[in-house]
Amino acid sequence: MKVTCVVNGETRQADDVWPGESLLYVLRERLGLPGAKNACEQGECGSCTVYLDGLPVCACLVAAGQAEGRTVTTVEGLAPGAGEEQLDRVQKAFLATGAVQCGFCTPGLIVAVHDLLAREPEPSDPDIREALAGNLCRCTGYEKIMEAVRLAAAS
Amino acid sequence: MEFLRPSDWDEAVAAKAAHPDAVPIAGGTDVMVDLNFDRSRPGALLDLTRVTALTDWGTDGDLLRIGAGVTYRRLIDELAGRVPGLAMASRTVGSPQIRNRGTVGGNLGSASPAGDAHPALLAAGALVELASVRGTRRVPVTDFFVGPKRSVRTPDELIAAYLVPADPGVEQFAKVGTRNAMVIAVCSFALSLDATTRTVGTGIGSAGPTPLRATEAADFLAAELPWESLGPVPAAVAARFGELVGAAARPIDDVRGRADYRRHALAVLARRTLGWAWADLGGAA
Repeated sequence: MKVTCVVNGETRQADDVWPGESLLYVLRERLGLPGAKNACEQGECGSCTVYLDGLPVCACLVAAGQAEGRTVTTVEGLAPGAGEEQLDRVQKAFLATGAVQCGFCTPGLIVAVHDLLAREPEPSDPDIREALAGNLCRCTGYEKIMEAVRLAAAS
Repeated sequence: MEFLRPSDWDEAVAAKAAHPDAVPIAGGTDVMVDLNFDRSRPGALLDLTRVTALTDWGTDGDLLRIGAGVTYRRLIDELAGRVPGLAMASRTVGSPQIRNRGTVGGNLGSASPAGDAHPALLAAGALVELASVRGTRRVPVTDFFVGPKRSVRTPDELIAAYLVPADPGVEQFAKVGTRNAMVIAVCSFALSLDATTRTVGTGIGSAGPTPLRATEAADFLAAELPWESLGPVPAAVAARFGELVGAAARPIDDVRGRADYRRHALAVLARRTLGWAWADLGGAA
């Protein structure tokens, strides 16, 4: 089947989509957007977090056909242009604080933090931990990520 | 595999009648996991996310009718004052990403004994509204579950909504897990106290082949609570209530916990939720 949706501001069409495949597979394998990562495939790790109609969701748990006509924003769509200067403040803060180690969890965390700061511009530490409860990182121990969120909120 | 995409409720019910083997999908938090891990290959998926009737809620006489497709996020944001126990349970579901997609309709459809919404629905005395081309029926949630991941829903039926009292008593919920998020309950307990009717509702999760009520415990507590004076709940009453809740469970040993631990933890949760609920009612500590 065909799936058409608006991805990062552009109308995109994926062809030959198997009805049981996920939005994550469509983004990565059919639309050339490998930012959202494929890790647990069961909604546990948050590495595939994208916005769907403005809400952060696990792209691995959205059936491709459910995205038909919807609006998707991936980590690739957060920066308005190319180059480090153009990065979103959350992306800049992750770089500045060393909150990126292996980097696999980073795209999902960036989207989750972007959403948190849109809802709550001055989050407390418990707010941050609650908002990121669905994003697992096995490298950093989360402290650098906490620092990144505080820096992004202040910038 | 077919992907069926009804645009309204009549189309959805007709599609289910024509494709009884179609698996309904809303938030996808159960269905997509099975597909991703190749555990199931249904003949069709029936996408319910375009059916706007499923995402409405409103009063229906002295009941509150909530569409099966209302997400946990919306239960927390919009309905915490009307369904306090269910909203508390919703806050313990998965993560923000999961709560943005997952629905109580899906929880009921999966009918897992560990479903987070079930104890609160049992304690509230909810009804489940099932619909097919043959008509609509409302089943007490106490009769809905018939075994692990099995319910009275027939293959041609869809879950339309659930109904709870529009004017609930006080409600509490507690859940045991290894962390505060992304946890399948080791066990969970919901309590409702209605001072007007002097009745007690209970729901036990993840400690039996289905979600369960603790009817003996509820009857005992309803008879023993100092409803008139709102004085302190005697410690012996709270302890006995906990014991009876633990005894009502039918747990097994599994990867998440042992049966005897679950009974013990349920007794603790029952006492705790009683203390919180009694305080919510204005009762003395």
